[in-house]
Amino acid sequence: MTEHTPAGATQPNPRHAEYWRRNLRYLGMLLAVWFAVSYGLGILLVEPLNAFNLPGTGFPLGFWFAQQGSIYVFVILIFVYVVLMNRLDQEFEVDEEDGA
Amino acid sequence: MTVKTWTFILVAASFALYIGIALWTRATSTKEFYVAGAGVSPLANGMATAADWMSAASFISMAGLISFMGYDGSVYLMGWTGGYVLLALLLAPYLRKYGAFTVPDFVGDRYYSQTARIVAVVCAIFVSFTYVAGQMRGVGIVFGRFLEVDVETGVFIGMGIVFFYAVLGGMKGITYTQVAQYCVLIFAYMVPAIFLSILITGNPIPQLGLGGIDQASGMPLLERLNGLHQELGFAEYTSGTKSTLDVFFITVALMVGTAGLPHVIIRFYTVPRVRDARLSVGWALIFIALLYTTAPAVAVFARTNLINSVSDTPYSEVPEWFTNWEATGLLTFEDLNGDGRIQFVGPDSPYANELTVDNDIMVLANPEIAGLPNWVIGLVAAGGLAAALSTAAGLLLVVSSAVSHDLLKRSLMPQITEKGELIAARVSAAGAVMVAGYLGINPPGFVAQVVAFAFGLAASSFFPVIIMGIFSKRTTREGAILGMIAGITFTAAYISYFTLMHPELNNADHWWFTISPQGIGTIGMMLNFTVMIVVSRFTPPPPPHVQALVESIRVPRGTGASHEISA
Repeated sequence: MTEHTPAGATQPNPRHAEYWRRNLRYLGMLLAVWFAVSYGLGILLVEPLNAFNLPGTGFPLGFWFAQQGSIYVFVILIFVYVVLMNRLDQEFEVDEEDGA
Repeated sequence: MTVKTWTFILVAASFALYIGIALWTRATSTKEFYVAGAGVSPLANGMATAADWMSAASFISMAGLISFMGYDGSVYLMGWTGGYVLLALLLAPYLRKYGAFTVPDFVGDRYYSQTARIVAVVCAIFVSFTYVAGQMRGVGIVFGRFLEVDVETGVFIGMGIVFFYAVLGGMKGITYTQVAQYCVLIFAYMVPAIFLSILITGNPIPQLGLGGIDQASGMPLLERLNGLHQELGFAEYTSGTKSTLDVFFITVALMVGTAGLPHVIIRFYTVPRVRDARLSVGWALIFIALLYTTAPAVAVFARTNLINSVSDTPYSEVPEWFTNWEATGLLTFEDLNGDGRIQFVGPDSPYANELTVDNDIMVLANPEIAGLPNWVIGLVAAGGLAAALSTAAGLLLVVSSAVSHDLLKRSLMPQITEKGELIAARVSAAGAVMVAGYLGINPPGFVAQVVAFAFGLAASSFFPVIIMGIFSKRTTREGAILGMIAGITFTAAYISYFTLMHPELNNADHWWFTISPQGIGTIGMMLNFTVMIVVSRFTPPPPPHVQALVESIRVPRGTGASHEISA
């Protein structure tokens, strides 16, 4: 397999490669939580968790994760991602000019 | 005032609002028509996405489905929200950076192939039309029950409204109408939910009321409902009857399908920058989560109310709503044992069940069952229409842009002028409205299955191709085309075998590894990924300009307005 340098395009930027690796690491972490909460707590472990109630409420714990908790966690995950990426963009100076 | 008067006033007022917005936001260029000029704020786009995404199925059918499925209904709740995490992290920012007008645009350019573009066009059109048919059924039900007009007249009125703002305003008109429709639909959903929550649990927040105490019995509500279920021979509400594997696979298919639906993806082309695209998905999910965390509460309230008000009631003493809905044929009672009372019981009961309630009426009938004021009932009707029309408009835009942009401009008539393309976009939007109207009046008899089809298809075709297009520079045109074809063919074959050809075999004993047709898109997706990766290894790597394109979409800087990158 031959590696081409795209004619007329910018050279692959090593800073960009590092930016991409960091991005992938964030994705891995966030998706791990995404999976653990919905598929883990809400589906695979739902039966054992239903033996407990969400403290102070009438929710069986597994049922709560499946029908309420996982959705809240999804929202939080996206906003954490937004904050992480905005910081990363600035750190690597790949953020967008205002008013683009 | 009567329910009918209230419904008429509220529906007419909401329609007048949509028409006003359409007149105010007219599209004057193709860029405005396809992506609203890429000038929509992340917050407004979030609201529009929420309305676009939440269809008649979410508003009308979902709580009803959950109330019949109990824990198993979680597949819809997690499946239809978890997909937004994938969308935010894996798709939206990169597609926004690329700045195309449509999904086939990206597929065609990234895979340097007209064949790939055409395959994507066909998928986009098929997915969108199957979906539209379901919306029109929702419009028909609302008009039929609340305004007592024929389904045909109802569909004509609905299509007339959509025609007006979709053809005139394109994406720009649709976006701002959807913002208004979100407000109407969420208000219409929350008001009865709050009323019910206060009535049943004394807590005004439905999400908390669901875990609260049932005022009538003094027990935790869910425990009370589980008890009722046990008495009547239904499975326990908070545990499911589906196999864990099936729940798992259906949830994956719905999540991935959500992230791969073209009408959702294109909404993120309409914001100015990459960072706006990320934030906008977050807003969209907040607006969606408001309804999606309320729905399971509504499901439980409705279920408890239904059991309390009809179970073992003499048929001669049924409340008025019962007779009203019987007239629509969506609720039927057959006195099998001739005792004149309604036996509403589950499969584990020694008695035969005599009452059949269509899922679709639970949300619509809820305010009547709970005896809420007439204006609330009218509001629910207006909300149902807002949900159906907003989704229909978004889907129709996908069809119209697939025809005028991908098929004409990018494939058949590259010389077409900007003005010509805009006319073509309007004509194809008009054509799509007609087809949707036809499907609404003559709905295929298998709407529910067809919607599962749409998700399976999106999951097994678009999602893998787009992901690999962004995350792997080595994925080739041959890999993508064969992958899409393998994924779609397998998924379509499995679904049609069980739902269209052999519906009598459609049960867990015949499914592969207990995976239902709803969940099979997950296998289709894995197949697509596998084929793509294997074929790409044995075919020449993508040309340098495509590899450079992938490099460039990975970093946000340099986002212009939505534009075309010619390959």
